[in-house]
Amino acid sequence: MFEFKTKTKQLAIALTVVGAILWVVGFALNGSSSHDAGHGHDAHATEMHADAGHDTHAEEEHADHGHDAHADEAHADHGHEAHAEEAHDDHGHQAHAEEAHGDHDAHAEHAAHQIANRPWSALYVAAFFFLGLGLGQLFFLGIQYVAQAGWSAGLLRLMEAQSFAIVAPLIVIALITFLGFGHVHHMFHWMVEGINVPGHENYDAIIAGKRGFLNPVFFTIRILIYIGGWIWAAKVLRKNSLLSDTGDGVAMWKKNRGVAAAFTVFYAVTSSTSAWDLVMSIDTHWFSTLFGWYTFAGMFVSSFAALILLTLYLKGQGHLEWVNENHLHDLGKFMFAFSVFWTYLWFSQFVLIWYANIPEEVTYYMQRFEQYKVPFFTMLVLNFILPVLAVLSRPAKRVPGTVVMASVFVLVGHYMDHYVMIMPGTVGDHYGFGLVELGPILFFAGLYIYVVLSSVAKAPLLHKNHPMLTESKNFHQ
Amino acid sequence: MGHTKHNPIVRALFNDDDVVLGAVKDLRSNGYHVSEVYSPFPIHGLDEAMGLKRTRLSTAAFFYGLTGLFFCSWLTWYTMISDWPQNIGGKPNAYWFLNMPSFIPVMFELTVFFAAHLMCWSYFAVNKLYPGAKAQNPDPRTTDDHFLMEVELEGEEADLTKKLQELGALEISKVEA
Repeated sequence: MFEFKTKTKQLAIALTVVGAILWVVGFALNGSSSHDAGHGHDAHATEMHADAGHDTHAEEEHADHGHDAHADEAHADHGHEAHAEEAHDDHGHQAHAEEAHGDHDAHAEHAAHQIANRPWSALYVAAFFFLGLGLGQLFFLGIQYVAQAGWSAGLLRLMEAQSFAIVAPLIVIALITFLGFGHVHHMFHWMVEGINVPGHENYDAIIAGKRGFLNPVFFTIRILIYIGGWIWAAKVLRKNSLLSDTGDGVAMWKKNRGVAAAFTVFYAVTSSTSAWDLVMSIDTHWFSTLFGWYTFAGMFVSSFAALILLTLYLKGQGHLEWVNENHLHDLGKFMFAFSVFWTYLWFSQFVLIWYANIPEEVTYYMQRFEQYKVPFFTMLVLNFILPVLAVLSRPAKRVPGTVVMASVFVLVGHYMDHYVMIMPGTVGDHYGFGLVELGPILFFAGLYIYVVLSSVAKAPLLHKNHPMLTESKNFHQ
Repeated sequence: MGHTKHNPIVRALFNDDDVVLGAVKDLRSNGYHVSEVYSPFPIHGLDEAMGLKRTRLSTAAFFYGLTGLFFCSWLTWYTMISDWPQNIGGKPNAYWFLNMPSFIPVMFELTVFFAAHLMCWSYFAVNKLYPGAKAQNPDPRTTDDHFLMEVELEGEEADLTKKLQELGALEISKVEA
C-alpha cells in the first residue's frame, strides 16, 4: 500500500499556498501599469467584447490617436487589414465600428475590462486544464468497465484516484461563472447586462437569439447537473471498487459496469454541452459544431499524460509490481492515438472555417493568427508533431524515458491549447504569462497532487477481487 | 527457412497455440533450435519466444510515408501552383505554403497510400511471394486448425522425440536436410 509521505504532502500544500499567494499578488498588481490607468467610465462597458474584428480595429484607432503605448506600428497595420476585410464583408460590424469611431471612451473601457479579466481568465484556464486531467480519467475508468477491459485491471485504482481531482477545479469554475452574473468580471459576453433587451445600449441581436440556451437560470442548472453527475459517478465507481476488496468481486464489477454504462451516456452529452457552456460561450457570437469533441479530445489526451506520470511515479516508489512495459505500451498508445485524434479535430474545425471564409466564423481564427501567433503554433507543435515523433515507434512506447517526455509535451501543449481557447475572447491582446498565470497552475497542481496521492494512499493499489486481474497481470503484446 | 546448419529437421504437429508457445519456450531453454513454426493465425509472443529478430518493416514504413508526403507536396505544388495556378474559392495561390491547408487532406492520403502499398510490396518481396510461387507450407492442416513446429535435430533423435511427445505433439516426423 502506498504511503503519502509527509514531505510530499508538505510539497503539495506548499505549491497550493504559493500558487494562491502568487495569484492574489498578481490580481492586486494587475492593471496598475501606466497605460491602463485613468479610464473609469462605466457607460459603454462591454459592447465589443470578444470580437476579433473589433479588437483589432480598436488598436488601430488607439494607434491613430497616439494614445496607447502598447499598440506598435505592426500591430496597427494588422488591425487595419482586419478592419478592411471586416467592413467589406459585414455591415453589422461596420456599423459597430463607426459607432466606435465616434466614441473613444468605449474602447478605453473595453481595454480596461479586458485587462481586469486577465486574473480571472488565467485562473479559469488552469482550472479547466486540471479539470480535464481528472475528467478524462473518470471517463476512461468508465470505459474500462463498459468495454470489459482486462488489461487495465491493475491500473483502475489510479484512475479512481485521479477522477476525484475534478472536485476542486469544478468548484472554482462554477464560482467564476457565477461571479460573471454579478459582473465581477467580464469574461462571458452573453452575461452582459441588457444584452437581450431590444433598445438597450448593450443589445446584441445575435446573442439575444441564443437566450433560450444561454440564460443565467438554465446555465446554472446545467452547471449543477455536470457537477452532480460527474462527482456522483466518481464516488459510486470508487465505492463499489472498494467494496469488492472485502466482498464479491464479480458482483461489484457488474454493478460498476451498469454505473459506467449510464455514466458513459451521460458524459457523451455533457462533455459536449459543458464545452459549449464553459468555453465556447466565451466567444458568444462564434460557434463550431465539433467544439465539444475537440475540447474532450484535449482533456482526454492530457489525462493520459497525467496517468502515465502517476503510474511511473508510483512504480519508481517501488509499487505496482504487476505493471510492466506492456501496460506502459498501451498507455502510450492511448496517448499517441488521442494526440492524433485531437489534431484531426483541430484541423477539421480549422480547415472548414478557413476554406469557407465566412466572416462570423473566421473572426475566431483571425484573432488567434494575428494576436496569438506564437502560443497558437507552439501548441500545435507540442500537441502533435513532438508526441508523434517521440512515441511513434513500438520500442519508444515501452521505455519510460520517451513516454514521459511525450507526456510532458502533451501537458504543456494542452495547457497552451486551453489558454488559446479561453484568453483571446476574454483579454484580447492583453495577454501574457506572469504571476496570475503561474499562480493558478501551481495552485491546482498542488491540489491535484494532494487529492490524487491521498486517495491513492487510502486503498490498496491492487484491485484484488477484480474478475480480470489475472488477465491484467499476464498481459503482453 | 533460416536454418543454415544442415542438421536434419524434426517436424511436430500440435493442435493448440498455447501448447506450441509453451513447447517453443521449453525447447529453446533446453538448447534446441526451433527454426520455424507454421500457424493458421499469428500467435502472440511467439516471435519473442522463438528469438526472432524484430522486423524492420515499421522503420521502412516510416520512410515510405515520408516519401509519400514529399511526393504529394511536390505534386500539389506542381499541379496547383506552378504549372497551371488554380484559383479555387479565391484562396491565395501565389506560393504553395499559402494554400497548404487545403492540401493537407491529400497529403495525408498519399502518406498513407505510400506507406501501406510500399509496405505490402516490401513484405511480398522479402517473403518471396509472387504469383505462381510455390507454397512453403509442409502440411496443409496448418492453414486450418493445426500448428507445425520445425526443430533442428542435435543429439539423439529419441531424446527429442520423447521431449516433443511430453510437450504435447500429436505427430512427429523426421526430414533429412
